[in-house]
Amino acid sequence: MMPAQQQVLPVAEESAGTRVITGEKSDTPAVVLGGLHKSFGSQIVLDGIELTVESGETLAMLGRSGTGKSVLLKLIIGLEKPDSGFIRVHGQEITRLDLDALNAIRRKMGFLFQHAALYDSLSVEQNIAFPLRRHTKMTDSELRDRVMQLLSSVGMESDLKKMPSDISGGMQKRVGLARALALEPGILLLDEPTAGLDPITSGEIDELILKLQEEHDMASIVVTHDLQSAKTIADRIALLHEGNVLIEGSFEDLEKSENEFVTEFMKRDS
Amino acid sequence: MSHNASIPHRLIGQDAPLAPSLARALFTVLWTPINRFLEWFGELGLFSWQVVRAAMRRPFEGQELLRQFDEIGSKSLPLVALAGAAIGFVLSLESRSSLVHFGAQSMLPAALVYSIIHETGPIVTGLVVSGRVGAGIGAELGSMKVTEQIDAIEASGVNPYKFLAFTRILACILVLPLLTIAADFCGVLFGWIAETLAEPVSFQRFINQGFAGSSFKDFLAPTFRTVVFGLIIGMIGCFQGMRTRGGTAGVGLSATSSVVLSSLFVILADVILVKIILVFFS
Repeated sequence: MMPAQQQVLPVAEESAGTRVITGEKSDTPAVVLGGLHKSFGSQIVLDGIELTVESGETLAMLGRSGTGKSVLLKLIIGLEKPDSGFIRVHGQEITRLDLDALNAIRRKMGFLFQHAALYDSLSVEQNIAFPLRRHTKMTDSELRDRVMQLLSSVGMESDLKKMPSDISGGMQKRVGLARALALEPGILLLDEPTAGLDPITSGEIDELILKLQEEHDMASIVVTHDLQSAKTIADRIALLHEGNVLIEGSFEDLEKSENEFVTEFMKRDS
Repeated sequence: MSHNASIPHRLIGQDAPLAPSLARALFTVLWTPINRFLEWFGELGLFSWQVVRAAMRRPFEGQELLRQFDEIGSKSLPLVALAGAAIGFVLSLESRSSLVHFGAQSMLPAALVYSIIHETGPIVTGLVVSGRVGAGIGAELGSMKVTEQIDAIEASGVNPYKFLAFTRILACILVLPLLTIAADFCGVLFGWIAETLAEPVSFQRFINQGFAGSSFKDFLAPTFRTVVFGLIIGMIGCFQGMRTRGGTAGVGLSATSSVVLSSLFVILADVILVKIILVFFS
């Protein structure tokens, strides 16, 4: 494996230009991961993973629990640092950025956490307004309009004043999704959007994600255990196994695979 | 059966290797907590550095700071005032019987005011706030940590060291002297009430006698040493909260350790600061 510094050098030259884009169609892939390693103590979670997500594409990440799918999302948004390897977001290498530059990149990404992670001291409205207040110069009335627009896009416009503890898990996911979309990101990272939800609510969330992807034309990376959900929302699926991508392709490609682990994994859904 | 029969054979007659292994075990027992403390202290230093760095950058989160003034200041006021009042009342009752015994009951107002302003008011305020606010900050941030709310703040491009930690620490620093003044006032007021119940005396006269031998300088240094208490309470509460691990059990542990550690460091700081104040301000 080539050392990380050697891999990163040409990217640093690229990033000296103005290659950072948001929400626009571009030939530059939205996310490129190269030789990514991450360990926690002696436990190797990611072992030289290579992956590319094109602009406007939806990639579903499947894999057994503990294979580093959520860690991968946290690496992409800079909440974790890789041990080695590179992460390019819209062409810009992010693993060695200072905090201000990293925060500028983070604003171009939306993140839906596994349990929504709504700020429980703030109302639904304040949760969605949180990134807008900090990163835009909107007036109060513009802010209210934008919050209403986001809430109506997830079907929650009547729950503006409720606290996160007063709404169901599915509703929290919707609000989390609205918050993730607040700054009109170019990349959406979804950590198990349907986990813990009943099949009907899961289906509604899937439809909502599809609708939002059509409206916003973002690149999305969806971590999920839900094969039905992956089949519905993803253009491409990557199956993680033992710290690396075992197979990637369409849902049908995975179904046709003769690899023993893939067959076993896909069999669970049928 | 002989006494040695219960001891494994390999331990008998091997005096030479036993001594170093005992020494090693003893060293491990003594070193482990020291090592843990040094690690904790190092992490606290890094945390403080990150908070200081974050504090230098815009925006300054004025709205959150105001919210914390209310949470930490206004909501601590009743408890601090009650503690100050109780201390003043009890001190007055206890001191009176001793001073009467020596025929020095006219010294009561001065003794009471001196004791409240110099030591009782500041330390009681520090300990009450470290209990209420330390636990509150530790539990709130701990809960935010384990439910990924702090990650969500960071993911949205907002620095949690500034938004969560700096605002709380600054609020603690600014609010502690004000709460101390409130505790001092209630202490003196209830000291007078206790005194006047035993032997009626006007509040004006009580205050005049109480502050007769004191100057503004006497009041300033002890009150403003609570700035350091505020720094300790805010810093330890935020640090313990933001490093929480392990779900709800971890949140409980963070809340408890915030109170224990901040109280401990407030008491230590009090001892050191009293010595410094005596050297430089008396």
